[in-house]
Amino acid sequence: MTQTASIDRFTAKAEAVSAVVARVDNHQQALEYAVDICQQKQACQILASGCEQRLSEKAEELCQLKEWTKLIAAPDLSQTHLENLRELCRPLSIALIKQGLHEHLGGIDMGICSALAGIAETGTLVVDSRSEELRLATMIAETCLALLPASSIVQDSAELAGDLAGRFAHPPDYTAFITGASRTADIERVLTLGVHGPLELHILILMNE
Amino acid sequence: MQTARTLKEYREQLDEALSEPFQRKSLDAFATAYRESRAKAFAELDLPGLIQAIGASKDTAMADLDALYTRFKERAEQAGATVHLASTAREANALIADIAAENGCSKVVKSKSMTAEETLLNHFLENEGLTVTETDLGEWIIQLRGEGPSHMVMPAIHLSREEVRRLFTEVTGQEQGQDIDDLVKVARRELRQRFVDADMGVSGANFAVAESGTLGLVTNEGNARLATTLPRVHVALVGLDKLVPTLDTALQTLKGLTRNATGQAISSYVTWITGANQCAASPSGRKNLHIVFLDNGRSALARDPVFKEALRCVRCGACANVCPLYRLVGGHKYGHIYIGAIGLILTYFFHGLDKDKNLVQNCLNCQACREVCVAGIDLPRLIKETQVLVQSSRKRPVVNLLAARLLTNRKLFHGLLTSARYLQKPVTGNKAYLRHLPHAFLGKQDFKALPALAPKPFRSMWKDVKPHVPRPRYTVALFTGCLQDFVYPQQLLSCLKILADQDIAVELPLDQGCCGLPVHMLGEKEASRTVAEHNIGAIDPAQFDFILTLCASCGSHLKENYPLLLQDTAGSQVKVKQFSDRVIDFSSFVHDVLGFQNLSFRTGGPKTAYHAPCHLCRGLGVTDEPRGLLKQSGLAYEAHDEEETCCGLGGTYSLKFPELSAEILSRKLDLLEERGYELLATDCPGCILQLRGGAEKRQRGLRVVHTAEALAERKEG
Repeated sequence: MTQTASIDRFTAKAEAVSAVVARVDNHQQALEYAVDICQQKQACQILASGCEQRLSEKAEELCQLKEWTKLIAAPDLSQTHLENLRELCRPLSIALIKQGLHEHLGGIDMGICSALAGIAETGTLVVDSRSEELRLATMIAETCLALLPASSIVQDSAELAGDLAGRFAHPPDYTAFITGASRTADIERVLTLGVHGPLELHILILMNE
Repeated sequence: MQTARTLKEYREQLDEALSEPFQRKSLDAFATAYRESRAKAFAELDLPGLIQAIGASKDTAMADLDALYTRFKERAEQAGATVHLASTAREANALIADIAAENGCSKVVKSKSMTAEETLLNHFLENEGLTVTETDLGEWIIQLRGEGPSHMVMPAIHLSREEVRRLFTEVTGQEQGQDIDDLVKVARRELRQRFVDADMGVSGANFAVAESGTLGLVTNEGNARLATTLPRVHVALVGLDKLVPTLDTALQTLKGLTRNATGQAISSYVTWITGANQCAASPSGRKNLHIVFLDNGRSALARDPVFKEALRCVRCGACANVCPLYRLVGGHKYGHIYIGAIGLILTYFFHGLDKDKNLVQNCLNCQACREVCVAGIDLPRLIKETQVLVQSSRKRPVVNLLAARLLTNRKLFHGLLTSARYLQKPVTGNKAYLRHLPHAFLGKQDFKALPALAPKPFRSMWKDVKPHVPRPRYTVALFTGCLQDFVYPQQLLSCLKILADQDIAVELPLDQGCCGLPVHMLGEKEASRTVAEHNIGAIDPAQFDFILTLCASCGSHLKENYPLLLQDTAGSQVKVKQFSDRVIDFSSFVHDVLGFQNLSFRTGGPKTAYHAPCHLCRGLGVTDEPRGLLKQSGLAYEAHDEEETCCGLGGTYSLKFPELSAEILSRKLDLLEERGYELLATDCPGCILQLRGGAEKRQRGLRVVHTAEALAERKEG
């Protein structure tokens, strides 16, 4: 299968599980996209998801902890990309952090991560999650945004088995397969997104990196 | 959680479950939706190949369990984890309580684990003074209600949004609405707080990869990621059966697991954890990771020649999804802790005879579970073997003693049937049904009209109807089965009509007896073996090209179970193989062997439905042939969605559980009547006993016939 066909297949499968997939040229474009989404998000949703509901006092307290500015966490972004992202965030008064997510367990607006690989068969991202900050960023964010180099898309999980086993051989290791947003169908089998983790997953395929 | 002490009490509970309207509606919708989504999920894969591969890799792993455990422990401990082995459920719970005590933990968050359900871990920890919160939405809901799961994957499938609304109103102290999205958000916030407060996270694992000491967790909600990240201590409770040698095998199993469970190509999250990862809440900066393996009989099961297959189970829940009984009564009545077909088996080993003795009887042997199992477990066979174990542990019921005595003595049995023919006159008035039986005698069996014995059994007609074939293409032995011989000889006569002029020599070896399925179903293995040996003696396979039967149940028993029953008997094991190789059902014989040469049919037949007998479509794997025959015989055959759903007879099942049998039958007939079918054709006299009896009782104009009868009625000439 050609690279384009693999990307198409990956896109179709990821979209089928409610991920939003876009192709961008490079990191810079990806960061612009991220900020754009975050800004739009603010317009339609200003509360930490669920905090508008009637909650018990304890749960309500955690909602109060959330700082009511938009907040992006990008724990695994390189220093250069982080600086570029900060430039984009500043004029829009979006806060950007690389660590300290334990202070924001009430929720953040966006978590950015890089994927090690994509699996076309299922539209799955493979994410190195050894960093606790990264794990939290991809879980407590309402929007999770993943950067996926086009060249790292494989057809099938079996193709990755060797690489992954290699990673596991150098512990500690925490590797996540992420496919679509957090979901449940536990009440009347009605599919509902964002039960514990992100309500939305955006995947940006980096075409030229 | 099914805990009835007696069969009577269990039946009463089942009866109650039948009148839970929400659960009924919900499980019905699910059963239909599941069928479609599963088919779609597997569309791009070689499903039989995958099932075979998963089964084989599980078998290999289970044969090597000790070595896999040793290797896993070595690797995981090198990576900073502590690995424990608990031989019993109590030991596992105590180990986990100790870990909590040693580390000063008091608040536990759990992600879903069937193994923790198995050990009743929550109760144990709560009794030790710990606060335990389930964080999977469905598990949290049932925990708040003080219930067990009613499905292995969707634990709260029995509950409506209104019930959840009321529960959440109580929990939050705030009035909640019925919007599911809102209710899920309430859970998100309430549970987020629990994650933040917790000092210990408990998870299960779907895979324990020995080569690297890695745990694999399959979830949709993402709660397992939070539970394994935020608290400073992580305890994974893992059944020994989750050990796999390599990541390759885990990835292969994963392909089948999620597709078979929920029709998803993969779940939202699959988390691979190797060793003690970063953890800010821990004083050392590293997670305090304990992995507790649970044996609880698994290593002994792995060595059992028959039951080791049960360890292939990947806990996808599919055997419940397709079970017609689960669909009626739900998981609280169709399982103790493990639910569905696998639950009928595992309950005996993990929770004991007392919890299983009634439950394990509740099986139609319809084989829908075997067909759907992604690990290729022969669930109906293991259920049968479990019934044998249950049987042997107590006094045999009178019906078993009688059946075993009667069916192993062909002459006695047939003699009794012959005399009964005369004795039934007062209740039949010479009609085809037992009309004048007092209601008290029939009791709960009254949902269908019971047929009378035929005035003359087929074997007594034989010398008059035997076809004369001077130059036969094939020589065929007819295996009639008791029902057709003594109750429905018309079906066999119809078969002879179809075979006439086809140059097929038909023989009826008169010493054949009952196929033995009824005693087999009662768990009377010895009697079942005796009957099998008698029949392969009565019909010498060497003399025939085919052994033809019009009974799907007899056919699948002869073909599948006979070789298993006699596999260790010298001499017989050869004969039985030759015997079973020759067994063929009516539809396959006419469709594939005869073809349609020299057969012509009148056109313009009535609107016709097909009922696929369980033992034909799943037992013998015959699906296209009977439908092909109906289409080509001038009948207006129209397919419907429930063609392959059991009729509810299940042999002696309908005597034991008449309420459920009646319910399945009535749903089937409702559907056929709604769609305006005039004729229903099927390939098994057992199904006809049930379906025709039901239709006769209702008197709404649906006629039920054997495919052979349907064809014979249309045949020209």
